[in-house]
Amino acid sequence: MSLPGSGLAKGLAVTLRTMTRRTVTAQYPDVQPELPPRSRGVIALFEENCTVCMLCARECPDWCIYIDSHKETTPPATPGGRERSHNVLDRFAIDFALCMYCGICIEVCPFDALFWSPEFEYAETDIRDLTHERDKLREWMWTVPEPPALDPAAEEPKELATAQKAAEKAAQKAAEGAQDAGPQAPDDRAEGDGA
Amino acid sequence: MDVLDTVWRLLALLVAFLVLPLLVGQLEHKVMAHMQGRLGPMYAGGFHGWAQLVADGVKFAQKEDVVPARADRRVFQLAPAVALLPYLLVLVAVPVAPHGGVVQALDAGLFFVLAVLGVGVLGSLMGGWASANKYSLLGGMRTAAQLMAYELPMLLAAASVAMAAGTLSLPGILAEWEWWWLPWQIVGGFVFFVAGLAELHRPPFDAPVADSEIIFGAYTEYTGLRFALFLLAEYAGIVVVSALTAVLFLGGWHGPFADGLGWVWTLLKTAVLSFVVIWLRVSYPRLRADQIQRFAWTVLVPLALAQIALTGVVKVVLS
Repeated sequence: MSLPGSGLAKGLAVTLRTMTRRTVTAQYPDVQPELPPRSRGVIALFEENCTVCMLCARECPDWCIYIDSHKETTPPATPGGRERSHNVLDRFAIDFALCMYCGICIEVCPFDALFWSPEFEYAETDIRDLTHERDKLREWMWTVPEPPALDPAAEEPKELATAQKAAEKAAQKAAEGAQDAGPQAPDDRAEGDGA
Repeated sequence: MDVLDTVWRLLALLVAFLVLPLLVGQLEHKVMAHMQGRLGPMYAGGFHGWAQLVADGVKFAQKEDVVPARADRRVFQLAPAVALLPYLLVLVAVPVAPHGGVVQALDAGLFFVLAVLGVGVLGSLMGGWASANKYSLLGGMRTAAQLMAYELPMLLAAASVAMAAGTLSLPGILAEWEWWWLPWQIVGGFVFFVAGLAELHRPPFDAPVADSEIIFGAYTEYTGLRFALFLLAEYAGIVVVSALTAVLFLGGWHGPFADGLGWVWTLLKTAVLSFVVIWLRVSYPRLRADQIQRFAWTVLVPLALAQIALTGVVKVVLS
């Protein structure tokens, strides 16, 4: 059993203690917020990587990505070869009035053409201006931060391993070309490390 | 006392009446914010929002003055003035400094002060009845019930001080005051201060103006300047109740260097009590109407009667 009224005193103490602490108010327009890594501000398009596969537009839950393209053919690289056709991007637009920032388009893009940018100050007075066209989406690309560093104990990214393997193979080939005979013990060991 | 002196005193009174409530209001903005981990107003006036209440006043002045069609027009329009002016009148009799540091020393000062304080609550009753609004009527009824319940312990507590001093004059009470009155009258001081809070409808006794259940009670239909006057009356009431508690129970201008700095001591004690009023508002939830009644009749009235008995016994023993 505690003293009668001790709860009342405790209540007063809590508010008094809070008054002496620093406030938590974010003074946003005066002071920019410190955003956490991987903040979802706006979607940027790295159009050089886009192959117009349309996966992003088809996976988008609210259909806010508009893509137009046409086919172009390139003449055969070697005489007698086959003509190659590829898609050329005409229009890529995201309507941020519809976008719900789920990030599925970025997840689904197989060619790393879409990225999250932490920029969030792009409010407009006209809703139509919220449809960002290709050049604007490309501009956002400059605001995309570097990918965060891996954890110290993380396994090596696949891209790195693939590139390393390719480099080793090339080196091995070069070595084989230089000296045809003899065991290749050091190369074997290097390959074992890579696997 | 010549004319110039009188004018000078009245001017000082008017300035104090216009400035002190605003200071308390600003203090409430800031203290309440920081007690909740916020910053409070930061923009108006540039430095930490010091002019927020001035901006609020300008806003209120711009708003349309609406009187509901079914309202009792005259009473409705008169109510804010009835709520605000008594506090101005009370300040007339409150001594700030020794040796005539009071606008008008009254022989029955305590009687005058308590009688006029009761009139202030009538403003809420008038507003509640004349608004022709159910919420306002509920608020007015709760105000009336609270007034009934808390006027009694307040008078009893004040009577205890008057008994101790043997006079009803406020400067007279302060002249009699000794430091050991502080522990002697502490219970009475508590009763007086809490009853004063209840009369002002300050949290936790704000059931009559509970904004989340009866939409500010008697003030539901008020807009613009008249609403602002009600709000100003609340803060003026805080100043008056704090000042009266300081004068009656905390020794008013008594303190080191009282001859020169007496008014500083009065203001300081009033400010500390005003801070406590705000502190209580932040810390405690609203009491229900029945809890408010029970607290008055089962706690405050017996405490006040016990204080009077104690005062009487000590007085007899000393004489």
